[in-house]
Amino acid sequence: MWNRENIEAQWAGWADRVERVMSVVRPYRHRIALFLAVVGPGLIVSNVDNDAGGIYTYAQSGAKYGNTVLWSLIPMTIVLYVSLEMCSRMGAVTGKGLSDLIREEFGFRVTFFLMAVVLIVNLGNVMAEFTGVFWASETFGVSRFIAVPLAAVLVWAIVMAGTAKWVERIFLSICVVYLSYVVSAFLAKPEWLIALLHLLPPQLMHYIPTVRPFVQVPPFNASYVIILAALVGTTIAPWQHFYLQAAVVEKRVGPRQYSTTRNDVLIGSISCMVIVFFIIVCTASTLYVHGIHDVDSAGTAALALRPLAGKWASALFAIGLLNASLFAASILPLSTSYVICEALGFESGIDRKFAEAKIFYGLYTALIALGAIFVLFMGRFANAILLWSQVLNGFLLPAVMIFVLILVNRRDLMGDQTNPKGFNWVAWISTAAVIILTMVVVYSSIREFTGHPVS
Amino acid sequence: MLYATELMGAKTYDAQGNYVGKIREFFIEPAEQPNRISHYLLSRGSFQPLVARHDQVASVAPGNIRLNVNERLLEPYEPNEAWLAVQKDLLDQQIIDTSGRKVVRVNDVDLAEQRTNGSIELRVTQVDVGLPGAVRRLFQGIAPQKFIRKVQGQFPPRSIRWEFVNLVESDPLRRVKLRITHEKLEDLHPADLADIMEDLSAAERQGIIASLDEETAAGVLAELDARLTSQIVEKMDPEKAADILEEMAPDAAADLLADLPRETSEELLEEMPGHEAAEVRELLEFDPSTAGGMMNTEFVFVGEGSSRDEVLQWMKEQDLNLDQLDTIVLLDRAAQFSGTVPVARLLLADPEQSLAGLKTEPLLSLPPDASEKEVFEIFDKYNLRMLTIVNDDNRPIGVVTVDDVVSKLMK
Repeated sequence: MWNRENIEAQWAGWADRVERVMSVVRPYRHRIALFLAVVGPGLIVSNVDNDAGGIYTYAQSGAKYGNTVLWSLIPMTIVLYVSLEMCSRMGAVTGKGLSDLIREEFGFRVTFFLMAVVLIVNLGNVMAEFTGVFWASETFGVSRFIAVPLAAVLVWAIVMAGTAKWVERIFLSICVVYLSYVVSAFLAKPEWLIALLHLLPPQLMHYIPTVRPFVQVPPFNASYVIILAALVGTTIAPWQHFYLQAAVVEKRVGPRQYSTTRNDVLIGSISCMVIVFFIIVCTASTLYVHGIHDVDSAGTAALALRPLAGKWASALFAIGLLNASLFAASILPLSTSYVICEALGFESGIDRKFAEAKIFYGLYTALIALGAIFVLFMGRFANAILLWSQVLNGFLLPAVMIFVLILVNRRDLMGDQTNPKGFNWVAWISTAAVIILTMVVVYSSIREFTGHPVS
Repeated sequence: MLYATELMGAKTYDAQGNYVGKIREFFIEPAEQPNRISHYLLSRGSFQPLVARHDQVASVAPGNIRLNVNERLLEPYEPNEAWLAVQKDLLDQQIIDTSGRKVVRVNDVDLAEQRTNGSIELRVTQVDVGLPGAVRRLFQGIAPQKFIRKVQGQFPPRSIRWEFVNLVESDPLRRVKLRITHEKLEDLHPADLADIMEDLSAAERQGIIASLDEETAAGVLAELDARLTSQIVEKMDPEKAADILEEMAPDAAADLLADLPRETSEELLEEMPGHEAAEVRELLEFDPSTAGGMMNTEFVFVGEGSSRDEVLQWMKEQDLNLDQLDTIVLLDRAAQFSGTVPVARLLLADPEQSLAGLKTEPLLSLPPDASEKEVFEIFDKYNLRMLTIVNDDNRPIGVVTVDDVVSKLMK
């Protein structure tokens, strides 16, 4: 059967098939090449969003309120897209990073304080990422004293050894691992139609008689609002704006390539939310249904999945968590050191040598080292630090979003690329909503810290 | 030495000792003197701000400035495009350090006092781009002077002398009014200038390219990242762009045009003189990943029968790019490719030596449709610096030089 002629005939058949596919693809070759050259920043920035803290929040909201939080995903996609799109547009039109523009238009002192807050908030985030590594290693029964240092060295080495292009390729391929949540959700065997139904506001769907029996209306109380606020807070993070704009500038995206970048941002925002959808559905159909409403870490969520959805679902959930934590743990310190060095006038960039950009590499290394050491030895301060970094984040995010809105509407910077009127309305309204919700987080964090939790 | 940051907000008194207002801005009038603070802007709360001229200032100290005239002699402030504002146009903005060949951000401006009959003039001596300036900017007005001076002393100074500061201004009219030229940039190596350009914003790049002479602009565009180059050329006035393309080597011009949308590149080719446009058009026909796409059509070729002296004499009369010339292509009687001669061999040969006797062995060439991989391999194997590309009739149509290979490999 497997003689030579047979194999050759098989080959010829394949070559023929490939040729047929290529003849369809070929006319678009140029366009595909252009897309691949420009794609990246948007996809990376939104996927890093689903980091350790994010997954914890999603898992927690799914366990606590089931499908009833799903309706918030569509508005959140819009807010995420709108706020990121403005930054990528600014990068493409002005060719300058966000921190550069803030420095030039708002002066040194404002920039310095902003950067100080960025540093603290992002340090808190890096700690959260290593906590994620810790949670994931726990699920697999690996000691954190092995897993966390290994993770720290790994993320540090990727950036120190690689060139910008190489690092981005690694990051892009990592995005695929997020699909493990999709598999995990399928293994949990949820009621898909009912979950999809909850993407529309249940408060309204409730009035449609045919679907009424399937709709579950969310309770409107303080702790539900706090969960919603936490979802928004973890989805839209200030560092994203800085990272995205810098990456667009670095990629030399100009006005002509911009439409491709916008698609990149759009695809990124949607894919981010699709993953969130699967995570929430996964925990809603298992933990929530079985009455496990309180999840104190993403690792607990993964462990709780085992008896309910099988060991594969649990393992995939933990792999996704590990991947997300590692991914964010390499991007966050990188973007933080970029932004700070750029704003304050130090040499930066991973294509520079160590001696040329000491402060840049120093900051990068210090962020990773502090994050890892903290998780290993100072776990008991974890809650306090995470809480305070969330409070600071609550002040940083509104500031950054307002700066972005002011800058993007400046005709002298943006020419005719300022926000269109309708878009501007959406942008201001979503900014206002985000500000109110982050204030809710700040309030509840402080209440919790003083020992008087809201719920 | 005084710092602009320390003087901002200084209380100003007139000759009679009456309080006039606070310093809000310093202006330089480059058309008069390139480094003198020519005007001081005094804000007076809700009243109209006034302007003091340089010859109306009697003494300057941090926090305290005295005028030598009465308040009534000061003029009301009118914005003037020809004035360079220290705070608005310099602080926190990017400038080009022409001695260090890079783009830096200004933290502060250092000033020196100069006594002229009856008044004090402030001269800009250097701009501060280091940590001391950053410390002043951070603490000015919220911490005592002594403390600031002490803290800033802890950090190494990093300043750029005013002569080496090249401002970037994207508005061409303002650039003329402020007398900003880019003559010093033209002295830099195009590759350094290209690095500088990559650190600037899109509008600033456009402004600098527009004010460079065509030759320098051509050199810079050939060195810049391909995507930036096409962005710049697309936005440029087509006539000027065609002039720059003319100055470029045909292969660099073809690479640039290949990245532009079809209509734009056609328009530019129309603007270029006939034979240069034809040369570039020919190159555009080749796939960029082949020998034809890498080659340059400008090369030196002579008949193999000519003697060393004849060739040297002929070369003297030509306008050749000597920096890049290291190999000469030989033709036989039928105008077919017959070999190459390195310039060093030519120099050391006898005056009457015919070039045919100086040929490098073996005879190497590739057709234009050879793949880039073949080109790399042949360069590597024979340690070439230049390779001749021949057509079907064995006539040389271009050469690939080692720098083309290196830049292709770096992509």
